[in-house]
Amino acid sequence: MSDFVRKESGLREEDAVCDAVIPAGEGWMRDLEPGQVLRIVDLEGNQAVDTLFYDADNPEDHYSAVQTIAAQGGIYLTTGSVLLTESGKPLVTITADTCGRHDTLGGACSAQSNTVRYAHEKYHMHNCRDTFMLMLAERGGGYSKRDLAPNVNFFMNVPVTPEGGLTFADGVSAPGCYVEMRAETRVTVLISNCPQLNNPCNAYNPTPIRLLIWNP
Amino acid sequence: MHRQVTWTKVLTPGGKWSGIIGRGRLVRLTALGGGANVSTLLYHADNPAERYNMPDTLKAQHTAHLTKGHVLMSDNGRVLASIVEDSLGWHDPLGAYTTRALTERRYGRSTYQELRNDWLRNARDNFAMELVRNGLSLRDLVPVVNFFSKVRCDAEGRMHFAAGHCPAGATVTLRTELDTLLIFSNTPHPLDPARTYPSVPVRIDVLPAEPVDPDTDLCVNLRGENRRAFENTWEYLALRRELG
Repeated sequence: MSDFVRKESGLREEDAVCDAVIPAGEGWMRDLEPGQVLRIVDLEGNQAVDTLFYDADNPEDHYSAVQTIAAQGGIYLTTGSVLLTESGKPLVTITADTCGRHDTLGGACSAQSNTVRYAHEKYHMHNCRDTFMLMLAERGGGYSKRDLAPNVNFFMNVPVTPEGGLTFADGVSAPGCYVEMRAETRVTVLISNCPQLNNPCNAYNPTPIRLLIWNP
Repeated sequence: MHRQVTWTKVLTPGGKWSGIIGRGRLVRLTALGGGANVSTLLYHADNPAERYNMPDTLKAQHTAHLTKGHVLMSDNGRVLASIVEDSLGWHDPLGAYTTRALTERRYGRSTYQELRNDWLRNARDNFAMELVRNGLSLRDLVPVVNFFSKVRCDAEGRMHFAAGHCPAGATVTLRTELDTLLIFSNTPHPLDPARTYPSVPVRIDVLPAEPVDPDTDLCVNLRGENRRAFENTWEYLALRRELG
């Protein structure tokens, strides 16, 4: 296991221009202006926060998990990671992180993937892909399922072994851990606060998150 | 038993191809030299909003590499294609695809004007052309499968390209489980450190596949997750098929 790099932020909560709590199973979608900083706080610990990013001026150019990890030569996201679009354009840079490792290989849960991973009887359960699609429907403006590319899972730990295995490890986060990112361009952020009950990504207990935004 | 090749095509270095291959066929890729890489996208031909999904494929099968027995799953929990034969044991789902900027940085700037058809092509431009040809666009780009390449992750998560992984003659064979739009780009792996653009043709052969026996088929029975993804696929086909 590698050493986790943890870096605290100098920003003060009272200076934030937006402060919202998002319960588990709900979504959030809004734009960041260049230089604005978004903090995601894992209020109660071990909560997975499924997040997608779009170039707000060209939403067809969405976040790319593989361009991001190939460009930095490593699969984990933490302070210093630059999240890229498919075209290679920087969307956000992670500027502070008291968790130390975030996943971008595990994707988002869906009713269909729940039937595959667990049982056909899990089809009715609420899931991130549904939250994403509800957010896109409410946003309008031409967003569709085609815009749902593989996402970031903040606070989630999905180690890959040298033999090429993939494992879902217990959470690496704790109550109050946060990750902060600075917008490098006009960015649309789409979040599903994960309702998954079938695996340890939320410690089987999905909990609320807090979102704060600061102006540059 | 000997099965008749029904169609064959050679992807020249830097080349691309897209087309719909109906379900129940074998699609065999053969590296005609060492060090091949074919970046590949898959969409369900009936509804291309359904497409190969890297995370769903990997987490269902608890793997970060692809080989014989694995299936390529869609974002709707179905199987687009199975990997039924493989001489290499590892194909890469993590390493992305080349862009024009990366290609120029690594191999030097090249233009059609200067080099005519020997200019150095990149996967993103290849995909852009084939996506648009099929009524899609760059918004439909998602993580690819890089056939013939291996990327190992160490304990710190660093990604290491395995040079020399693919010898001349290496083959991998897919079996289509749904009518699938396949887009191939014969362009270098983005993490391949070689300074010269690999010049490896790859042959595609399409053959009829034997019917899948649910009781004995390796891909169906690899693990419970695979079987349930096949069950979702068969359910889709049962709902779509003409009533007999």
